Amino acid sequence: MPSLENIANFIHNWLYTTFNATVALLLEFTIVAILVIGLFSVLGLVLIFMERKVSAYMQVRLGPNRVGPKGIFQTVADTLKLMVKEGMTPNNADKFLFNLAPFIVMTAAMLILAPLAFAKNFQIWDINIGVLFVTAISSVSVIGILMAGWASNNKYSLLGAMRSGAQIVSYELSAGLSIITIVVLSESLKISTIIESQANGWWIFKGHIPAIIAFVIFIIAVTAETNRAPFDLAEAESELTAGFHTEYSGMKFALFFLAEYVNIFIVCVIGATLFLGGWMPLHFGTNTTFNEMMDYIPSSLWLFGKTFFLIFVIMWFRWTFPRLRIDQLLNLEWKYLLPISMINLLLATAMAILGWHF
Amino acid sequence: MGVTAILFWILSSLALLSAIMIVVSKNPVHSVLWLILVFFAISGHYLLLNAQFLAIVNIIVYAGAIMVLFLYVLMLIDLKKIVDPQRSLWIKLVGVATGCCLLLVLIAALSKADQTTALTQTIGGNIGLVENLGKILFSEYLVPFEISSILFLSAMVGAVVIGKK
Repeated sequence: MPSLENIANFIHNWLYTTFNATVALLLEFTIVAILVIGLFSVLGLVLIFMERKVSAYMQVRLGPNRVGPKGIFQTVADTLKLMVKEGMTPNNADKFLFNLAPFIVMTAAMLILAPLAFAKNFQIWDINIGVLFVTAISSVSVIGILMAGWASNNKYSLLGAMRSGAQIVSYELSAGLSIITIVVLSESLKISTIIESQANGWWIFKGHIPAIIAFVIFIIAVTAETNRAPFDLAEAESELTAGFHTEYSGMKFALFFLAEYVNIFIVCVIGATLFLGGWMPLHFGTNTTFNEMMDYIPSSLWLFGKTFFLIFVIMWFRWTFPRLRIDQLLNLEWKYLLPISMINLLLATAMAILGWHF
Repeated sequence: MGVTAILFWILSSLALLSAIMIVVSKNPVHSVLWLILVFFAISGHYLLLNAQFLAIVNIIVYAGAIMVLFLYVLMLIDLKKIVDPQRSLWIKLVGVATGCCLLLVLIAALSKADQTTALTQTIGGNIGLVENLGKILFSEYLVPFEISSILFLSAMVGAVVIGKK
């Protein structure tokens, strides 16, 4: 049966038998780069269309419905428009940093893809500290945002960047602590081992209450980290015009926009990997007929199904809750989420030591 | 030249170039950004030494947290208004002296580099992996580890006290 694992192995073997090791490695790098860029562009098109349709559904409208059947080519048309628009650079901006910032944000998003497993035995780099790698690189994207805000030489941009920086740095803590809860339970930092540990049940089922609390905190924290409503203070359009990307236009703006959606996808993949079993199919105890039926669904479909469910939940938040004030946002993190996640981590550790999980 | 050697030379030249640019560039924000690049290059070196945990912690702590705070403060200051304060001759001399001391320490460390390499290889080059590092940190170096965490705690308490004023 052709699976992503077999295709990847076939290409790997063919490259290493045809070329010498260095050339084959460089060719593999190129293939991976092309695949990642391809995934990003497809994701951009799909997620933006999904956001518009979901928001339309929540607000009892039709959403985009003119370009193509049911409006599915709307984002393609939008992308074309953004590509032919002129990319302006303000006169008094720091030109180099201004133009560099969107690429930093994009590169950070691309780097996070490296340790993620998209299907059974199908990942770019199974580094033995995969989870830490993800948290490290996601803390780097804030540098790109600060750069964009400062280099624009605009008060609104700077304020947006500052808010975004404060928000990302503080919410990283509870996101990290809830990730560590799962690391404690699965006794590994390696993504593939974490997924293997969920073969007999996903952590959200096996980990009892600590895992559920960690999951809820993780979803809240990543919503804040990706600057999504109700935590979209960084680009609060009623106060700051558009936040840190006020001065950006054309393709440079498109890169920020794309990075936002790709980041949502990435955090949802991480959530699905840690709490919902990654590419592991849903299994119920020893009910073999049901389990075998579930095994027939390809592992990549399982991962993407879970991921898109989480993305839908995050989009649902955006159209349900009103935006928080900056003091409410920081209170929520430092006075509620952080203490809760610390106590939760202690609980999970006690549970892991005493072996109370399944 | 293998891939490792090519990467080593690229990373080394990148680290040196950005380290020089930190000192040379006029704008403090640019200096901080160059410093972030240095940290990335050093993390790359850690990866080449199979010390993945150190590489990632270097990025989390320095590039992700400390440098972001640096940037944060620098970007809020109006940089055009600040004039470089005139330093007295004595401060310059002390600066030169401390620089020489650092150079001495570095030379002393580098002269034993062959020995250290041999030591690392006997453990199988896996000393930087999180498992080995954790075991050593919580057995041999437990007391220094705890003392340094108390230092961090006191710094945090100090920050809260200053913030309350």
